[in-house]
Amino acid sequence: MNFPLPNFLPALPEIFLLIMACVVLLVDLFQTERSRGVTYILAMASLLGVFALIAMSFSDTRITTFSDTYVRDPMADVLKMGIAIAAMVTFLYAKDYLREHDMFKGEFYILGLFGVLGMMILVSAHNFLTIYLGLELLSLCMYAMVAMQRDSATASEAAMKYFILGAIASGMLLYGMSILYGVTGTLDLALINERLPGVQDKILLSFGMVFLIVGVAFKLGAVPFHMWVPDVYHGAPTAVTLFIAAAPKLAAFAMLMRLLVDGMASLHTEWQDILILLAIASMALGNIVAIAQNNLKRLLAYSAISHVGFLLLGVLTGTHEGYAASMFYVLVYVLMTLGAFGMIILMSRQGFEADRLEDFKGLNERSPWFAFIMLILMFSMAGVPPFLGFWAKLAVLKALVASTGLIWLAIVAVIFSIIGAFYYLRVIKMMYFDKSEDASDIVASSDMRVVLSANGLLVLGLGLYPGLLLTFCLATIAIP
Amino acid sequence: MFADWPLLSLVIWVPILGGLLVLATGGDKNAPEARMLSLVVAVVTFLLSIPLYTDFQTNTASMQFVELHPWIEAFKVNYHLGVDGISMPLILLTTFMTVLVIIAGWNVIQFKAAQYMAAFLIMAGLMNGVFAALDAALFYVFWEALLIPMFIVIGVWGGPRRVYATIKFFLYTFFGSVFMLIALLYLFFETGSFSILEFHKLPIGLDVQKLIFLAFLVAFAVKIPMWPVHTWLPDAHVEAPTGGSVILAAIMLKLGAYGFLRFSLPITPDASHVFDGLMITLSLIAVVYIGFVALVQQDMKKLIAYSSISHMGFVTLGFFIIWTIHENTGSYNGAVMGIQGAMVQMISHGFISGAMFLCVGVMYDRMHSRMIKDYGGVVNTMPTFAAFMVLFAMANAGLPGTSGFVGEFMVILSAFKANFWIAFLAATTLIVGAAYTLWMVKRVIFGEISNDAVKVLKDINGREFFFLSVLAITVLFFGLYPAPLLEVMDASVHNLVQHVTTSKLK
Repeated sequence: MNFPLPNFLPALPEIFLLIMACVVLLVDLFQTERSRGVTYILAMASLLGVFALIAMSFSDTRITTFSDTYVRDPMADVLKMGIAIAAMVTFLYAKDYLREHDMFKGEFYILGLFGVLGMMILVSAHNFLTIYLGLELLSLCMYAMVAMQRDSATASEAAMKYFILGAIASGMLLYGMSILYGVTGTLDLALINERLPGVQDKILLSFGMVFLIVGVAFKLGAVPFHMWVPDVYHGAPTAVTLFIAAAPKLAAFAMLMRLLVDGMASLHTEWQDILILLAIASMALGNIVAIAQNNLKRLLAYSAISHVGFLLLGVLTGTHEGYAASMFYVLVYVLMTLGAFGMIILMSRQGFEADRLEDFKGLNERSPWFAFIMLILMFSMAGVPPFLGFWAKLAVLKALVASTGLIWLAIVAVIFSIIGAFYYLRVIKMMYFDKSEDASDIVASSDMRVVLSANGLLVLGLGLYPGLLLTFCLATIAIP
Repeated sequence: MFADWPLLSLVIWVPILGGLLVLATGGDKNAPEARMLSLVVAVVTFLLSIPLYTDFQTNTASMQFVELHPWIEAFKVNYHLGVDGISMPLILLTTFMTVLVIIAGWNVIQFKAAQYMAAFLIMAGLMNGVFAALDAALFYVFWEALLIPMFIVIGVWGGPRRVYATIKFFLYTFFGSVFMLIALLYLFFETGSFSILEFHKLPIGLDVQKLIFLAFLVAFAVKIPMWPVHTWLPDAHVEAPTGGSVILAAIMLKLGAYGFLRFSLPITPDASHVFDGLMITLSLIAVVYIGFVALVQQDMKKLIAYSSISHMGFVTLGFFIIWTIHENTGSYNGAVMGIQGAMVQMISHGFISGAMFLCVGVMYDRMHSRMIKDYGGVVNTMPTFAAFMVLFAMANAGLPGTSGFVGEFMVILSAFKANFWIAFLAATTLIVGAAYTLWMVKRVIFGEISNDAVKVLKDINGREFFFLSVLAITVLFFGLYPAPLLEVMDASVHNLVQHVTTSKLK
């Protein structure tokens, strides 16, 4: 029997990462607590390698391989590069924190690398099976990472909640997939999209679609499938929260795009209504509940929920402009989130988590520079120009206004943005207007300081000149 | 020699970059350097803005000193700057007041002086940007970015209730402007560009015009502020440090009025006409009712804040009586006078309210109280200061010979051409305004020395004398000879009135 060898080249970055993750796993076995820096450097090098491999072979067309289960297009490349950078920044920010909290173990990096592999597979998945494969690889790594601090009751609780709810969501997703498989007879997203209009049983079709959306909404943390977000963000060690909060959002966005746009574009009118509900509920709940939070990690969790609501607004327009706006939004959001959690890590010390809002009191007196960086990040999240977050919101609003009959949704979105501005202002109030209770200096390694500063300044700098990234997003999405 | 200079960019970016440089001087031990540097930056900015006046062509209504570069091509946003007779005087007002504010905060601000000075410089640049922007997205960026330094200024250097006041200030104005953003996006969607001048030409149906007008109204009414969305202003003024109050009253309130002239009136003239009755009513409520509210204030800053709202009512009145005048007289002249009067009122109110807040600041620095009852007989211990205070109070009340008179008189005069009762109600301000200002002056300045604290007051020093006398000269100059101001805005206002009284329905 003739068995053609598949084209491995498009998946080269993933293959490289898989090999490197195994190498890191082996090398780490022989490291003592003191020489663990080697693991860190190797992990960083693998991610850098992934980034370089993608950048060198950046594809401006769409290539599928492995019997069309795997796709490589510009969107995938951009998102994967984003994931690699986000993971690198995460590792860098996390290093000191892990040392101080007695968590500087090889597992963090190995699970992290496998998680990144899962995200990359998810981004490139073009078949229900590969989607599920990537999703589970990612999720299992994250469950384990949340539970890494096994003596902490809150972390264990968070991990349990995350695991159980995540398993239910995966089940829902699988159920939806099986129904769609039942009505279309295929697992391939492109084929499903072709066969959907011919399906007679519309009710069954909507039924399957709803379950799929539930699965994605869970991963994104959209209301009403958000319950895990605050608990996991809060309960997990901050370094892990940082990992969960940043890069997986990119993967979840890709999953949303693959399932809804690649797989079910012909059902746009049906899923649009569902996404409208999810988006409004997420923006409302996220922004309103965030006001009541006194823990910064919980606050950022609710803020994440509201940002997801905004992100959905772009996708639900069903236009290229809207997709590009959402992609821009999610990239910007990840950049801001990295910075915000980076600030929490920066403020934390040996055995002390600086995750309460009060811990930021008087930061302007202790360190005017990092207070300024946090100011940039908070105003950017609130969507105040000239920072990058404003352009992200503007891009989405613009796509909404350009679609017929969705201006009302733009108005709803800005009203919730106003409500949301309040809690970001509260953080700034703590830093600038209140007196510090703790006069100690901020201790951090120089690489952390440099990267965190760069992260904040990038939000300002790209805010002054957002054209490049925007054009990039528009160009990537426009390629079919 | 300035013909090839990008003057507008310079008056925007010199203070902003200068402000960042001041920030870089660091902690309070370098405060003297920070103060010196900020003064230099402010003065340079003011000098750079002077050629805008001297090289200005008064015979054309088109935009001058235009700079046009692509900025964000994916959104078709351009870095498009330019001024006409309406915006140019406001830029000069901004650069002028910034110098005074820097001087006024010289020794008074000891806590984080560098950050204080930097905030005002950055604000100056951003305000110049608002007045100079001809691209709606650029305008919006400056407009919103302005909130950040003001938020910090009130919150860090403000009074006891500063946190409440500054968050209220921020959320109120943020609330107003996001609706404007949606309107701008809609206009972008219709014209395919963010150019404000393109927006002016776009024909729009009446229903849509009404919605756009209302969206703009929320943004600008909050900023001016008009009754009933004015409540943030007294709070912000009372809690803000002196410099913050001065900039707020002298320039930030003008942003809202400027927004009406640049957006609401020319983009939605028909809707403005439909709603002009409402706008005139709101303006008169501000003039009359808020005037009475000012009368009962115990706190000097609050009193001046309410008087600002009342004076800004004149400005909006001048803007929105033009259709009635045009219909009654059939000519543009009365309408032109209404808008010109409103413009003069804006500029003059910038000087006078700034001066009043500086006067209160001078007293506050000595007594640490703004309550009228804590004063009395200040003239006995501070005679020079009292002379200035009385002069500015007279100007605030609209005494002929001061700039406060010119604007009010022009607006009332043109209001007579619209409707006797509008003019009558507007004119009551000459009485009420005189009552609240002069009554305050009587209680604070004149009479017997009321307590021991007043007895030991020291008269103003050279620095205070400097900025008060500069303002006094300006107020008197424009009161006696407003022609230079009227001349530069004449062509632009004519053009605006012509444009606005022509329907642009589809």
